[in-house]
Amino acid sequence: MSALNFDIEKCLSCETQACFTQCQYLEIDKASAKEEILKIARGYDSFVLHECVTCYACEEYCPMGNHPFYLIVERQEALNIPPVPRPLIQRAVNLGVPFRGDPEIAEVHGPVLNMAAFSDLMGLIQGRLFKGLAVISKDDRKMFHYFCQLMYLHYARSSVIKERLPGIINTINKHKPTEVICFHDECYGTYTSYCPAVGIDVPFRPVHFFEFLHRQLTELKEAIRPVNLKVAYQRPCSSRLSPDKHHFVRDIFDLIGARYVEREYTDENALCCAGAIQGQRREGSRKRAIEIQRKNVEDMKKAGAEVCIFNCPACLQTLGPLVSAEGIKPMYMSDICRLAIGEKPAGWR
Amino acid sequence: MDSIYQELAKLVGKEYVSNQPEELYIYSFDLGTAESCRPQYVVSPRTTEHIQDILFLANREKIPVVPLGGGLSLAGLAVPLKGGILLDLKRMDSIIDVNEKARYAVVECGVSQGQLTSYLEKYYPRLTHSEPGAPPAATIAGNVMIHGQGDLAQPYGFNSDLVNGLEVVLPTGEVCHFGSIAIGAGWFTNHPLPEVGIFLGWCGTTGIITKLSIRLFPAKRIRGVGTFVLENEDFVPEVVYKLTHTQMAEDIVAFSSAIPPFASDLQQITVNIAADSERELEFKQEILWDDTLGEYIHRGEGAYLGFVRDLKRPQISKTSDYKKGGGFEYVGSIMPIERYPECYRKGREISERHGIPYTVTGRCVGAGHSMMFAWTYAFNRADPETIIQARRALHETDDLVLQLGGVIWKPGTYGQKLILERLDPGTRELMGKIKKLIDPNGIMNPGNWEVA
Amino acid sequence: MSLAEFKYADIIHRCFRCGYCKFPLNWEDVNNCPPYARFRMESYSCGGRLWLIRAWLNEQIDWTEHLAEILYSCTTCKNCVIKCPLRFNVDIVNMVIAARGEMVESGRVPSAVKRFLENVELYGNPYGESRIRRGEWADGTGVEKYHGQEYLFYVGCTGSYDTRAQKAARALAEAMKRAGVSFGVLGAEENCDGNEVHKLGESGLFEILAENNIAQLKDTGVQKIITFSPHAYNAMKNYYHRYGGNFEVFHYTQILHGLIENGKINNLRGPSIKITFHDPCFLGRWNEEYEAPRAILRAVEGVELIEMNKNREGALCCGGGGGNFQIDLLGGSENSPARRRVREAYETGANILAVACPKCLVMLNDAVKSEELADGLEVMDISEIVTKGLVNKVI
Repeated sequence: MSALNFDIEKCLSCETQACFTQCQYLEIDKASAKEEILKIARGYDSFVLHECVTCYACEEYCPMGNHPFYLIVERQEALNIPPVPRPLIQRAVNLGVPFRGDPEIAEVHGPVLNMAAFSDLMGLIQGRLFKGLAVISKDDRKMFHYFCQLMYLHYARSSVIKERLPGIINTINKHKPTEVICFHDECYGTYTSYCPAVGIDVPFRPVHFFEFLHRQLTELKEAIRPVNLKVAYQRPCSSRLSPDKHHFVRDIFDLIGARYVEREYTDENALCCAGAIQGQRREGSRKRAIEIQRKNVEDMKKAGAEVCIFNCPACLQTLGPLVSAEGIKPMYMSDICRLAIGEKPAGWR
Repeated sequence: MDSIYQELAKLVGKEYVSNQPEELYIYSFDLGTAESCRPQYVVSPRTTEHIQDILFLANREKIPVVPLGGGLSLAGLAVPLKGGILLDLKRMDSIIDVNEKARYAVVECGVSQGQLTSYLEKYYPRLTHSEPGAPPAATIAGNVMIHGQGDLAQPYGFNSDLVNGLEVVLPTGEVCHFGSIAIGAGWFTNHPLPEVGIFLGWCGTTGIITKLSIRLFPAKRIRGVGTFVLENEDFVPEVVYKLTHTQMAEDIVAFSSAIPPFASDLQQITVNIAADSERELEFKQEILWDDTLGEYIHRGEGAYLGFVRDLKRPQISKTSDYKKGGGFEYVGSIMPIERYPECYRKGREISERHGIPYTVTGRCVGAGHSMMFAWTYAFNRADPETIIQARRALHETDDLVLQLGGVIWKPGTYGQKLILERLDPGTRELMGKIKKLIDPNGIMNPGNWEVA
Repeated sequence: MSLAEFKYADIIHRCFRCGYCKFPLNWEDVNNCPPYARFRMESYSCGGRLWLIRAWLNEQIDWTEHLAEILYSCTTCKNCVIKCPLRFNVDIVNMVIAARGEMVESGRVPSAVKRFLENVELYGNPYGESRIRRGEWADGTGVEKYHGQEYLFYVGCTGSYDTRAQKAARALAEAMKRAGVSFGVLGAEENCDGNEVHKLGESGLFEILAENNIAQLKDTGVQKIITFSPHAYNAMKNYYHRYGGNFEVFHYTQILHGLIENGKINNLRGPSIKITFHDPCFLGRWNEEYEAPRAILRAVEGVELIEMNKNREGALCCGGGGGNFQIDLLGGSENSPARRRVREAYETGANILAVACPKCLVMLNDAVKSEELADGLEVMDISEIVTKGLVNKVI
């Protein structure tokens, strides 16, 4: 099985130990941080392995690109300290098992949009932004053939990811794509961050969904009318795997005349939706998740947001009701882009 | 026979009687695996008087009469085993009254679950009834007649325990009332008058319920479902016991199924929670998940999946399409909750042996007093072999219920025989006497519960 | 034909007869399947019908006139398609139509159906009225024959021949003229659009009608069509392209709505009045157009729009679809869907029951008379409401 490309020398020479010192969930100083990361690197137990809420942020914080989060997950699995109870792991692992037959493969020889495990959101894929674009994984009965598996990072199951990914990549590749636009941010992170980190070959060129949207908007520039909305952005955990693409959020907002409100919990300091936290084993997790969500939404409200833009459907499912209860409209990024070019996304009033 | 048709047509109107092959065909079926038997007439009465007249005729001519509500018993209880007159009671579908202060509804026998749910949501949003898992076309009366249970079973018991009164037509055509209505005091209670409980659980063999008063309960503003997942089925009884102790939950249901894969090998427990405020909701959730089940979560043995608001009512069931075959039937039982692990294990084994993906469900009734445990077997109506397999599995499961110390709920003819074999001889004798007394010609749904 | 050869042989057994299809969206009663509402026998419910079709094709029951009536009592309203929770729901009405096709093919259909089809074939309309008279509804209106105007106004059989519906057709023509819409009609040259023929299972005749109509329309250079009836809208929009007929098809409510939005129709005024709107199946459930008619009604000053409990996808079909406005298998009882529907309308307290389909207009108008509600409730087509609003007449 593929080995994680982790170099202990990088941690030894690291000046900041930002992985842990910047972590929003650990109280730790630089010296202790170094101690703990070295323990983990050498395969020993550390309180960090028990405290980690799997928010992915340290992948971004690490100045060395040394994949501290992927390492944590491997160690949690090896030492049998999963952050979530066993039934949850089994349920999740079985969730990704396709059981309704094989997908239909049509060769595209062009760009494709990969809906992955979100075939039921095909309703979002309409209008001029997507005109003429081939879409794969449209059938929700076959979508787990396209599922990137990275969700299992929340379940201490790197082994499952590594076992299934080559087959998934093969299925996608059968469509002969010239580039694969990843509808879900996590897919993009899988193919550009995780795969290189564990030495899995990716034969196609992944494109970040926001980069694609920005590209399309630029081409349709004449049709853009400023939306004039105050927006907050729910940054998903997976976004930490592609920090180099995070700028597209502001770029798109600037392009469409959306005013990105001043928030405390933004960019590197963003709060995850806590969907993965509420069921964790650590005592008090359920309440902790509620508290994180409350802080997050209050922050949006305080900043005066009218709309909260979502990247990830799981974030929307978790936070959407809480956000709208505060009078803030939840909306997907692609929908606000459609609004900007004069289209009417479903449910927009 | 023609004269009987004429007489029936005169009684209820020509449009509501049929002896044509199409109606006889359709009404000969139960939706499960029971063999079909054709009636000779299908009649759709509108009033209690219609039913009385039909029974006078039936007694005179010695023709069997089979009452039909929603036809969703899935145990063949409304299949005319000895032919005769099939009474489709669904035209008697008026909601007569809802008393908000005393929380009850008076309905005719043909009122469907969906109709009552819709009516209450619209006109009495602070009231709800205990809605069974059957499709909303099921009738209130039918469900009560077979000792059904609904989504308020855990706090309040079987639906048949929630009856304030009945209007019944006896097999010989007389009408009687039970409960406070019998002394003209309205429909609010059935105690402390002498109970003549011979219409519930007798599956239509002792008379026809034409009206009933069913208890209603508070409907809170927020209603939702929280889910807890266990790996080890042996923990289910103690988890359910602890949950019932809190008195914070409404429906508590444990289930496991082979399909979809994420449900396989796991026990999911859904817990309905209702609250009038966020404060109340959070308080209940704290008691249930943190205080009561926290130890399982912390040890990694049980998992909290989250709470989803907005209880879907009526509930939508797609079970019949599991094998893309348009059919399923289940053995329902009333079991001690501590039997859950064996029910699961043995049931799974029976399913697998018959090549049917297993599906088991256990609904807690009362304060852990018992559970309705069901083993579901899907079949493909277009493939007779699967029907035979399902029937075999069902019979084996009927045997299993009694082996495990439970009671078969709403048994079909196979299960009825098993129960009658085991029945206290004194009880059986009394049942025979009662049956002979009130149905001297043996015309009420014959072939079922033949005690005499 | 045996069950094995039936187009839907692999799914027709999947109906569990659970009965969801009897209910409207809001679950308030079991009377939303028109034939079941009328007869309240399981054989007439959607599930009963599917089981009987299967039994017939499987030779478990024989063909009888009664079976044929059960099959033809379905108005193809699609309530079942909306309510059935199983994946095969999209094909329920198709299965009924395919089974009807079987009966047509073997020449065993109810005699009223036979007459309907023969009349359409011979006279171009189901009434058996002379072709020459088809254009007479327009006499004295100044409506022009089509000779290259922007739109063809396709009136349809009911609007052309039924006296009540003719009034609405004339009202629509007037409203469009006042708004400056460029349109013409085919007059006596117009032929049945075929929607009901298709739903009755006569696919052969439907194909002929469609091809002939398409050829005629192409010859005359028609590109845009405004239909009076949602039935014609459905046929021309969703089926004609299969035979090479690619036209831009609108239902008239969509056109009027557009005219109101860009100000070409304005100043609609009436006295204070309560109106409730009945969604036609072929505009609503079949083509998901629920808003244009309502937007028009809201634009009339003085109108208070009240919804019936059963509205939009949950509306109760008037019972006129599937040719039934002519074949009339569902009439003759207070349980007939049309009479139930007008009772529902009356309960809202509305003075006017607004419709957007000539068949609904005729069915519900007759039902109001049967229910003896004419003093309190008037059935009006939206075209009539708009025309009266335009001229500020008392509605």
